Amino acid sequence: MLINPTEEQEFFRATTERFLVEHAPPDALRRLRDDADGFDRDYWRRGAELGWTSLLVDEAHGGGSISGAGLVDLSLVAYEFGHHAAPGPLTATNVVASALSDGGSDGEQAEVLAGLLSGEAIATWCAPELGARPDTWRTAVEIERAGDALVLRGTVRPVEHAGQAEHFLVTAREGAGLTQVLVPAGASGITVEALETVDLTRRFGAVTFDGVRVGADAVVGAPGEASSDVGRQLRRAVTMLNAEAVGAMQAAFDMTVEWSFDRYSFGRPLASYQALKHRFADMMSWLQAGHAISDSACAAAQDDEPNADELGSAAKAFIGRYGGELIQDCVQLHGGIGVTFDHDLHLYLRRLTVNRSVAGTPREHLRRIAGIVEAREGEAA
Amino acid sequence: MSALRAEEETETEETEDLESFRRRARAFITANLAPKTIDEMRQDYSVGDEEAELAEIAHERDLQRMIFDAGLAGICFPRAYGGQGLTPAHQMVLNEEIVGRDFPWRIQVPTFVPCAAIILEFGTEEQKQRYLPPILRGEELWMQFLSEPSGGSDVAAALTTAVRDGDQWVLNGSKIWTTGAWWSDWGLCLARTNWDVPKHRGLTVFMLPIHQPNVEVHRIEMLNGSREFCQEFLTDVVVPDSDRIGEVDDGWTVGTRWMFHERMLFNSPYASHPVGVTHGSMDATSVFKVAREAGLLDDTATQEMVGEARMLELISDAVGKRINESISAGKLSDQAAAIVRLFKGSSQERIRTLGFEVAGSAGAAWSGEGPTTRAAINYLIRQGGSIGGGTLEMARNVVAERVLGMPRERRLDKDVPFRDVPRSRSGSG
Repeated sequence: MLINPTEEQEFFRATTERFLVEHAPPDALRRLRDDADGFDRDYWRRGAELGWTSLLVDEAHGGGSISGAGLVDLSLVAYEFGHHAAPGPLTATNVVASALSDGGSDGEQAEVLAGLLSGEAIATWCAPELGARPDTWRTAVEIERAGDALVLRGTVRPVEHAGQAEHFLVTAREGAGLTQVLVPAGASGITVEALETVDLTRRFGAVTFDGVRVGADAVVGAPGEASSDVGRQLRRAVTMLNAEAVGAMQAAFDMTVEWSFDRYSFGRPLASYQALKHRFADMMSWLQAGHAISDSACAAAQDDEPNADELGSAAKAFIGRYGGELIQDCVQLHGGIGVTFDHDLHLYLRRLTVNRSVAGTPREHLRRIAGIVEAREGEAA
Repeated sequence: MSALRAEEETETEETEDLESFRRRARAFITANLAPKTIDEMRQDYSVGDEEAELAEIAHERDLQRMIFDAGLAGICFPRAYGGQGLTPAHQMVLNEEIVGRDFPWRIQVPTFVPCAAIILEFGTEEQKQRYLPPILRGEELWMQFLSEPSGGSDVAAALTTAVRDGDQWVLNGSKIWTTGAWWSDWGLCLARTNWDVPKHRGLTVFMLPIHQPNVEVHRIEMLNGSREFCQEFLTDVVVPDSDRIGEVDDGWTVGTRWMFHERMLFNSPYASHPVGVTHGSMDATSVFKVAREAGLLDDTATQEMVGEARMLELISDAVGKRINESISAGKLSDQAAAIVRLFKGSSQERIRTLGFEVAGSAGAAWSGEGPTTRAAINYLIRQGGSIGGGTLEMARNVVAERVLGMPRERRLDKDVPFRDVPRSRSGSG
């Protein structure tokens, strides 16, 4: 969360915060547990009107940022999403919208993008898994050419909101390179299997492409050369997931600090026990570290700085691990009430738990950092 | 702030502008200070080689004298005491210009900060005239006689006692954790002058020469072989009242500022410090080199440990910057500096563990010098960084009580004569 946002950024953030307080209170989240989609389409359209989907899209394509730094602006929305465990395909839709905007977006892709901007449609990314270095990827989908057509085969899982999306951005291997294509969710040969997860409102699916044929106009960016585009998409996804997770950490921490002052045992508040005070101090240091690295990595990703991958991976690994420890400790300090569905604490634990394991696990990101260190030391030698 | 005082005193004279100061500093540095790498700067002479260490200290004294003669010593000290009467901005220029050059960095802390800074802030005119110029000429090196064996974090519980005898004082007791006292000249000493008042109200600060028959200096060997730290035994040390600094029994006023200057260390405008240089911590590059030496760069578990070390290093930097900005923006109290202390201390512990873990069995026994040697020794003294300069437990108290506002620990040493405060059974610990 920015220390010194501009007035416009602060107004923007506060608007989203107010909207979420009104439209995504904890009881509403609990009710959405049994909803197949996990979010309401009208809620999403109204969020899109607030700017949730346009910040990474070029003005020429109908988007625009608040401050000139769209990813930084978006991180404020993502933080509020985490702070309220809010529903909606924020990461998925923004990654695809930004990829379409960067890819030039003409013809049919322009129409898809317009739908994402207005909130009428949603899209999601069938992403590859991380390789050992920032420029290597493990893909589940292969593309073969059949005349002018591209034929997709493979299964990607887990894909955020796969069952709700109208469009898939698919990153696939084509020969020695990577190609990205935009595929309608209803295309022949696609099946989506709904998966179970712990978040109350986020949905995932496994998407199988069994000989799905698309035309050359479905390609996003340069065919066979999408590696750096994929890197940028991952940085954006990681930035949003990190900001969300930090929002969840802050909410859980604040709730637990308040509890420690209010809750008495043996005639004194929990906050007066040194054993617990020291744990709060550790949690405070992890929380501030989470804010710090999330914002540093976001700033680097905003401008595609040379250290953006390293900072992004450091943030993802740290926030995943220490954020998990922080919220679990919050549960522990609440005692029995902390492991009940009636209490709100688990809403944040659920959000952080899922974010931790998508777009690269902490362990995968640590290995990626090691790859970056090795490359740097190899150059220095 | 005393940093500003130096500026005020020079208002009557023309202050050298930053660019001409930079040119002057650069000309001197290029002509007189040899290039020196960070690894050479970090060379630790305190492990065994006494002669080399003494030679280095003598060399630093010479360098300081050259810097003094060139008009570049004591940038923020007033001219009346041998300084330059310039501003913190000038000091920052000097810090930029000395990067990659030989430089007397051992003299900076604690001689300039906190000792000289305290003399400047609390000394009488005579004391400042007497003590500051020799410091700036590199002739007299100072040490802090602050911590005692009876208690580390609880500095104000000093047991070293000063008893008045006419116009002089007689000191008895022991001080500890002084860096390089055996090659230093003067000690700034916190002592108890009144046992019948609460602990903060019975302290006084004195200045005393270290090399005298009544001060015995004992060198302490640390777990990494370093013998930089010392303990001193004071037996009937006589100090004239003219070498008392601050008021009698008001030593905690001095002590509070003393510890402020100590915390500032290389960020203080009274010390010079090449920009971007850190001293002697275990870093992620070292962990990587251990992994490379062990032939484990392709092992995924090792990769995760190298990555974790680098992650903690990057986040330590980021959290330091963030907390500073938050304090400046008024979003957190200045007590939040303890968050940085806590995070960096914990991270450094973990990085040292990682370095040792990656070394595998080579960390148990080795031949020759290499990254693994350092990893094993650094693991052995892992807790050192979490103790010196304030323990992590004290930092946790500060974060919980002063930042989060949780109830303070109950104190048994408040509002009672220090004489009646319970103490450790023995003088050590």
